[in-house]
Amino acid sequence: MLKNKILILFAHPLFEKSFANRIIAGHIPDSENITFHDLYELYPELDIDVKYEQELLKQHDIIIWQHPMYWYSCPPLLKQWIDMVLEYGWAYGKHGLALQDKIIFQAITTGANAENYSEEGLHLFTIPELLRPFSQTAKVCRMEYLPPFVIHGTHKIDEQTCHEKAASYARLLTYLENNEVDILKIQEFFYMNDWMQSKNI
Amino acid sequence: MENSFFLQAIIYLAAAVICVPIAKKIGLSSILGYLFSGIIIGPFVMGFIGSEGQDLMHFAEFGVVMMLFLIGLELDPYKFWKMRRFILGMGSLQVGITSLVLFICSCIIFDWNWQTSLTISLALSLSSTAIVLQTLKEKGMLQTSVGRSSFAVLLFQDIAVIPILALIPLLASSSNIIPDEDLHHSLISNLDGWLQTLIVTGVIGAIYFGGKYIIVPLLHIIAKTRLQELFTASALLLVLGVSYLMQIVGLSPALGAFMAGVVLANSEFRHELEGDIAPFKGLFLGLFFIGVGASINFRLIIDNPAFILIFGFILTMIKFFVFLGIGKLYNKKIDQNFIFSIGLSQAGEFGFVIMSFSMQLNIIPNMLANQIMAIIAISMIATPFLLLINERLIDPYFGIKEKESNTYDEINENNEVIIAGFGNFGSTIGRLLKTNKIPATILDLDSDRVDSLRKMGFKVYYGDATRLELLKAAGCENAKLFIAAIDNPTVNLIVIEMLKKHFPHLKILARARNRNDAFEIIDMGIENIYRENLYSAVHLGIDALVYLGHRRYSATRQGQRFIKYDEDAIFRLAKKRHDKKAFMISAMEEIEMQEQLFKSDLLNPMGPDDHAWDSENLKKDTST
Repeated sequence: MLKNKILILFAHPLFEKSFANRIIAGHIPDSENITFHDLYELYPELDIDVKYEQELLKQHDIIIWQHPMYWYSCPPLLKQWIDMVLEYGWAYGKHGLALQDKIIFQAITTGANAENYSEEGLHLFTIPELLRPFSQTAKVCRMEYLPPFVIHGTHKIDEQTCHEKAASYARLLTYLENNEVDILKIQEFFYMNDWMQSKNI
Repeated sequence: MENSFFLQAIIYLAAAVICVPIAKKIGLSSILGYLFSGIIIGPFVMGFIGSEGQDLMHFAEFGVVMMLFLIGLELDPYKFWKMRRFILGMGSLQVGITSLVLFICSCIIFDWNWQTSLTISLALSLSSTAIVLQTLKEKGMLQTSVGRSSFAVLLFQDIAVIPILALIPLLASSSNIIPDEDLHHSLISNLDGWLQTLIVTGVIGAIYFGGKYIIVPLLHIIAKTRLQELFTASALLLVLGVSYLMQIVGLSPALGAFMAGVVLANSEFRHELEGDIAPFKGLFLGLFFIGVGASINFRLIIDNPAFILIFGFILTMIKFFVFLGIGKLYNKKIDQNFIFSIGLSQAGEFGFVIMSFSMQLNIIPNMLANQIMAIIAISMIATPFLLLINERLIDPYFGIKEKESNTYDEINENNEVIIAGFGNFGSTIGRLLKTNKIPATILDLDSDRVDSLRKMGFKVYYGDATRLELLKAAGCENAKLFIAAIDNPTVNLIVIEMLKKHFPHLKILARARNRNDAFEIIDMGIENIYRENLYSAVHLGIDALVYLGHRRYSATRQGQRFIKYDEDAIFRLAKKRHDKKAFMISAMEEIEMQEQLFKSDLLNPMGPDDHAWDSENLKKDTST
């Protein structure tokens, strides 16, 4: 099969000080099919180049929004990106078919631990519930939204665990690059991490 | 008279221009080139110059003075203080032991009276500052431990000349010969001993305080005239003045220049003075070496070759072994010790001075004094050869080499960022960097500004950044980033050109006053260009839009887009500029450029090209 081309849209306003995200980024495989696109580095004044971003999306099969969870959402530049790049008539609407059938999911870090994201926990909602605006956005753009890859507890994570999690993210990327993605199967799972466990990735 | 001066100058310069490159080509040091050119044009080979070789040397000793001044500039008082152990320890040991051994040998071998032996021994114990330092500099070893030790010894010798010159007349009077005319005695030598001491101390103090409270403010005033040549003139005047002052009180001019250098080492004019004096120093030293070559009296050597050659050989060996012993005492590694000992194994220019002085006092017979001078000259010539032999034949046996990293901490400023031009533009950059704790080396040509900035805690150097020496001294070889922010665009352009040529690795961020400047900078291959009026003009334009009723965010986005568009356009136009064949005056060019820009503005309407947050189309579609 043709290899899948993966676009990582990375949004972190204080990347240089993020312990977990630096380790995760460090593990991303060096492949011609994987594009790591650091939005804050490119658009420090929120002045997103819409045409360029749309071109980039066209060239890739799998899109990943990689970002930390801030206030139950993404950092502002990623929202700006969504607002500006996903134009009516291009990404959605009657003639907006540019993103049709592309795969999209989120790779997320949270400072708090997993158990906080539940009805009984501090944050009351699960991660997939909180990510509804994103999954719905993907749906409007006729994309296939997959469950998120999540690394919880980054406030207290130790270096070794972090490297392990980052390595598993790297394995996921390599798998997606080289294999046909069974969308329906993956969508059955709560987190991408769970599907990976079932597949021993 | 005029003619003969020109002719002389042409002979010296031509000899140097021909011989030095040849010496360099066959791998010898430039000193040998100068020495040989001196020998060739001297009275015994081609005879272009006669006995004036000696006079020339007196004149050219000024090169040594300047050299010491420059060394002083490199060495601030703190570093100087750190070296005191080497200066006093090594220096006194060397002068003491060498002259003692020489004295004993000459007493045993020759039938000279003891005064003669002592004078000759003292004269020969001193080494040649010019030869040693120039050689070390050429080998890039001034900053190594060999370089520092050699320098310490030479400095002590410079100081030791004073008591030696004071002692020699005493020898004369003890043999009941009264000097008829006393050239080398100073104005104050007729005074009492204690008064002399007082005056000498006073002069040294005056140099220190004068340097700090008179010279530096004076340099400020001169710098304000912005006349480069006037600054050069005052730098020369400074060195000459100090030397003369020292001579008046009977101290070595080189020592005075050195002290003046140390005093000014901490001033902001350091780099500029260095750049101004360095070319003169090189020229005068070259003349000095030519003088040495020309003054060798080959007739004396031919008359009694055995005496001179054997004496020269023994002298060199004695000095060599004494140095070797001292080096061992100071824990030098063997390979370094060899360079150190061979380097200093010659007799020096002070030998000439002492010899001619004692001739006048009739301590030494003329014939003998001339022979000794020939020996000194020969030993000076021998040094570069011996070093070459050491380098090629002896050194390879000692595997261990001193690596550059072994040198001890230099207090050099080695910042990653250099900012040239610290006016409104540059200082804003400097402040931004400083608030982010990034130190920058700053070069500026406005002495008032330099002064006030230094008070605010910036390390600013006064100097003309178009000079290669200054750029080197500022650390361009090791810096990462050079910010060219000089007010005058022409000067800025020259600096960029120099940097591109001499430091191609250096990343340059360039200020450009307007579009035309930017074109020229682009032509030099610079990618990071900042037109000073673009950003403020666009911001003003944004505000204009806002006052006319545009919402600030939309206006700001328009501004951002405009900057991006204009920055692209300038690179496009820069290429196009070269396609044109017509020669136009620059004003015409500018107008034509404007026209092109307006035309392309029309082709690329600057309205928003995205539809973010704009639901016009959406509403239209859903209503149908």
